[in-house]
Amino acid sequence: MAQRLFLGDEAVAQGALDAGLSGCYAYPGTPSTEILEYIQTSKLAAERNVHREWSTNEKAAMEEAIGMSFAGKRAIVCMKHVGLNACADGFMNAAVTGARGGLAVVVADDPSMHSSQNEQDSRYYGQFAMIPCLEPSSQQEAYEMMSKYVFGESEAKGTPILVRLTTRLSHSRANVEVGEASPIPAAVTADASDRHFVLLPAIAKKNYERLCAKQGTFEAMSEESPYNAYLEGADKSVGIVASGIGFNYVMEAFGGKCPHPVLKISQYPLPKKKLARLLSECQSIVCVEEGMPFIEQQLRGPLADPRIKGRLTGDLPRTGELNPRLVAEAFHLDLPAVPVVSPLVKMRPPRLCDGCPHADTYRAINAAIADMPNARVFGDIGCYTLGALPPYNAISSCVDMGASITMAKGAADAGIGPAIAVIGDSTFTHSGMPGTLDCVWEKSPVTILILDNLTTGMTGGQSSVGAGRMEAICAGLGVEAEHIRTIVPLPGKHDENVAVLREELAYAGPSVIVARRECIQTLRHKVKK
Amino acid sequence: MKNDIVLAGVGGQGILTIAAIIGKAAMDQGLNVKQSEVHGMSQRGGAVLAHLRLSSEPILSDLIAACTADVIIAMEPMEALRQVQSLSPSGAIITASKPIVNIPDYPEVEAVVAELKKHPRAVVIDADEIAASAGNARGSNMVILGAVSRFLAMDAQTLRDAITGFFARKGDAVVAANLKAFEAGRKAAE
Ligand SMILES: Cc1ncc(C[n+]2csc(CCOP(=O)(O)OP(=O)(O)O)c2C)c(N)n1
Ligand code: SF4
Repeated sequence: MAQRLFLGDEAVAQGALDAGLSGCYAYPGTPSTEILEYIQTSKLAAERNVHREWSTNEKAAMEEAIGMSFAGKRAIVCMKHVGLNACADGFMNAAVTGARGGLAVVVADDPSMHSSQNEQDSRYYGQFAMIPCLEPSSQQEAYEMMSKYVFGESEAKGTPILVRLTTRLSHSRANVEVGEASPIPAAVTADASDRHFVLLPAIAKKNYERLCAKQGTFEAMSEESPYNAYLEGADKSVGIVASGIGFNYVMEAFGGKCPHPVLKISQYPLPKKKLARLLSECQSIVCVEEGMPFIEQQLRGPLADPRIKGRLTGDLPRTGELNPRLVAEAFHLDLPAVPVVSPLVKMRPPRLCDGCPHADTYRAINAAIADMPNARVFGDIGCYTLGALPPYNAISSCVDMGASITMAKGAADAGIGPAIAVIGDSTFTHSGMPGTLDCVWEKSPVTILILDNLTTGMTGGQSSVGAGRMEAICAGLGVEAEHIRTIVPLPGKHDENVAVLREELAYAGPSVIVARRECIQTLRHKVKK
Repeated sequence: MKNDIVLAGVGGQGILTIAAIIGKAAMDQGLNVKQSEVHGMSQRGGAVLAHLRLSSEPILSDLIAACTADVIIAMEPMEALRQVQSLSPSGAIITASKPIVNIPDYPEVEAVVAELKKHPRAVVIDADEIAASAGNARGSNMVILGAVSRFLAMDAQTLRDAITGFFARKGDAVVAANLKAFEAGRKAAE
């Protein structure tokens, strides 16, 4: 046994490798990015030729992983919480096909939205798809779930398994005892006539009935799970349901010895027998969960059982991530008063790096539309979203990846003009291409700026599959050659760039302006090497 | 033994390097470690925060509760002040004095330092200047680490070894420069 200092993400990655993983599929997204990044630098992964390239988006990653499972090999697919929306179709249907080779869907949620647009809770997706969901409470547990449990169970029960992480586990390091790596198991074989993966109604209906029938098995798994535990406590005035890292905060609040019974939950569906015991023994229940009140809502029921407390009753905040203080307060423990922060302290929001190409692009856009009060700029997701803040104040929207182009089109359809979309290279290939096709098909008056900084900057500079080739891609999509322009966002080229922008804004059809200059950060890394 | 350490600074100042070195040293000393760090959006010139917990006992929470931190380590004075809610009444603040003024409403730095010094155990040092005099202008974070070494329940030699290990692949000269900055910081906090 060796000791390693692992991020939660790295513990997941090493655990999966040690279980005989054949492929990791992912699109970057905070706080999940380090899972594939770890595998990319792992010697074991290289020796075993484990698949470890970035995918174009989460949907591609999900389906590639399903393909590997179809072939009988062990696969994980990793993403941030909103990534699961982007591949929900594949995910929901993989629950219906079932898995062949072990398949783990690892999703990292970001409560408090440190780097995200929302704080959706992936456990609802696990419930929705009716598959087992694991929620490790520590880096060690994450390693063990991945190395010893997930793939074997996935194969034995023929189901994908969801693994839900949250920011403070994904991005926290801890000592992890690491075991030996198992060899990559032989492929799980199936007869060529096996039609599980053909979701024609006749087959899908049978698959779905079987999935429904498996629910009892999944419940039994939770009931017997090594990750769900009932901890005795003498003071039964309150019982505690603590899931994932919420469990750590509860134990911390009580100095490691909780006087109340605690049901630690790290596997779903909820273990009904254990819950029933807690509910029958205790006068009231406090639910401590990171993310949305998933367990609390189920226990409260439609009639809002007053014995059940948590985020919905205000005992814990309705939104945002937990911390040990908030949890201690929920139990009315005796705590020192927290000093107020000095009014001298001012907000320091993130901003574009000095010399970032996006800054020059925004200056050009702002200058080009200065005399066009009806112009609107639809933003997208990436470093360039920071163009919403001063000094640029340049964009009016940022909703989900790819939405710049499609929202600009919808707004143009409604009479807004000029309608300008601003989208990064990675985001464009992630989900900007279909909207561009819509614009081409309908000859919509939309000007699309593709900010090609040759990388996926926001998440730390991962490869971007279409970088440097935007013009050819757009030509292939049918944008007219004379309306595919390229500019170099540099202060010295400002006037030139403004002129190009104004020409294309005057055109009453779809046009693309590629603003190409490498991200300062990736450039710096290259220079260092 | 337990040390709960809050690290604060501005993206790019190297607080995660400080955290990684202390974490490694602690592990080599057989301690349990938990280190929660902020990646992503907040690294682009924004406020950056890490929580580092070391203990001979198992560590439960990844985050440090308000009013319980033993040390605040900061590379920037306003960022030190932002974290005072974490500090235990008997805790210490070690911060670099030079402000990073990348926002329009940055306060008077003298007022910030005065506010910090109201705290009984605040060490405010000009880490940039000390690093430059030690011949390693980019070693401000190692100066701060040197100063902090006087406040940790940890052997200074283990920290030196961890610095050596951390920078080893960059060559002996880089290791030596960082150790020098470390010693200069240690001296400054005497
Ligand atoms: C569905 C989804 N997946 C992943 C992310 C995380 N994410 C935010 S921006 C981004 C990529 C940005 O790259 P690019 O468009 O090239 O812009 P840059 O940051 O380089 O300017 C990613 C992966 C997300 N917000 N939503
Ligand atoms: S990381 Fe690159 S793209 Fe992002 S703000 Fe910095 S220079 Fe710009």
